[in-house]
Amino acid sequence: MSLKKTVYTNCEKATFLIEKQQASKLSFIETLFLKIHLAGCSVCKIYKRQSEIINQVANKLFHAPAHAQSKLDDESKKEMQHRIDEKLGRK
Amino acid sequence: MEIKEIQIETTQANPHHWVMKYADYLYNYCLVKLNDTELAKDLVQETFLAALEKVENFEGKSTEKTWLTSILRNKIIDIYRRKSSPLSNLHCNSDCEIKHDFFQQEDGHWNIEQRPREFGISDRHTIENKEFQHILQKCLQKLPPLWHAIFTMKFMDDQEAVKICSELKVSSSNYWVIIHRTKVNLRDCLQKNWR
Repeated sequence: MSLKKTVYTNCEKATFLIEKQQASKLSFIETLFLKIHLAGCSVCKIYKRQSEIINQVANKLFHAPAHAQSKLDDESKKEMQHRIDEKLGRK
Repeated sequence: MEIKEIQIETTQANPHHWVMKYADYLYNYCLVKLNDTELAKDLVQETFLAALEKVENFEGKSTEKTWLTSILRNKIIDIYRRKSSPLSNLHCNSDCEIKHDFFQQEDGHWNIEQRPREFGISDRHTIENKEFQHILQKCLQKLPPLWHAIFTMKFMDDQEAVKICSELKVSSSNYWVIIHRTKVNLRDCLQKNWR
């Protein structure tokens, strides 16, 4: 790794830590790195906020999906029931 | 004596009403994760048949619904596994669109043209916005299968990293790399397609 990658310039590491921090605890050094970086990097600050928004939207999407009301068509249900009955009959 | 009998009755599975009671629920559960109606249908059918095979094992420790869901869930994870070979996890195959050039190699700084900009809408409105949700869904489809699987499992089941890693056979360091790249790509895709 290049020595030029400093705490101030390394947005790649900062964004990586932003993601990690949302789900697990960072080490002391990592926390320090992120704090110092974010204090001076407005772009990563925007990233952090938007990343959190994406989490919230994803949560909404998966827990109350747009097609939550999709129903299986009756034909498929009949077919399923038929196969279940068939199998039960054989038992 | 009477109480005992009632207990036995309620803990028994009743395959005759599975379709009526759970087919729609299971179908939706599957559809959100795989976004493929035909496949979802097949998996629900397979779930019922697999459940019948082992109906004797159903001990009533969980509800019928939870039991059937867990059978379906395993089938979905099998599909994820099949679709995503761990070796290809950092690369794109056929129909996905991801980028790797967000940061400068020398110092890790954002490449100028890839820098995040404001979405131009208040945070609260973004979360509620249906169009935004729709774009996110579209952007998710562009991810490599393994990335998609990890992201979906993380949010759908609120599952912990350790469990996802073991189920999809991904190392924990790889997991964080994938989560990071997924997010950077999703964010970029959202910025490009929003407004």
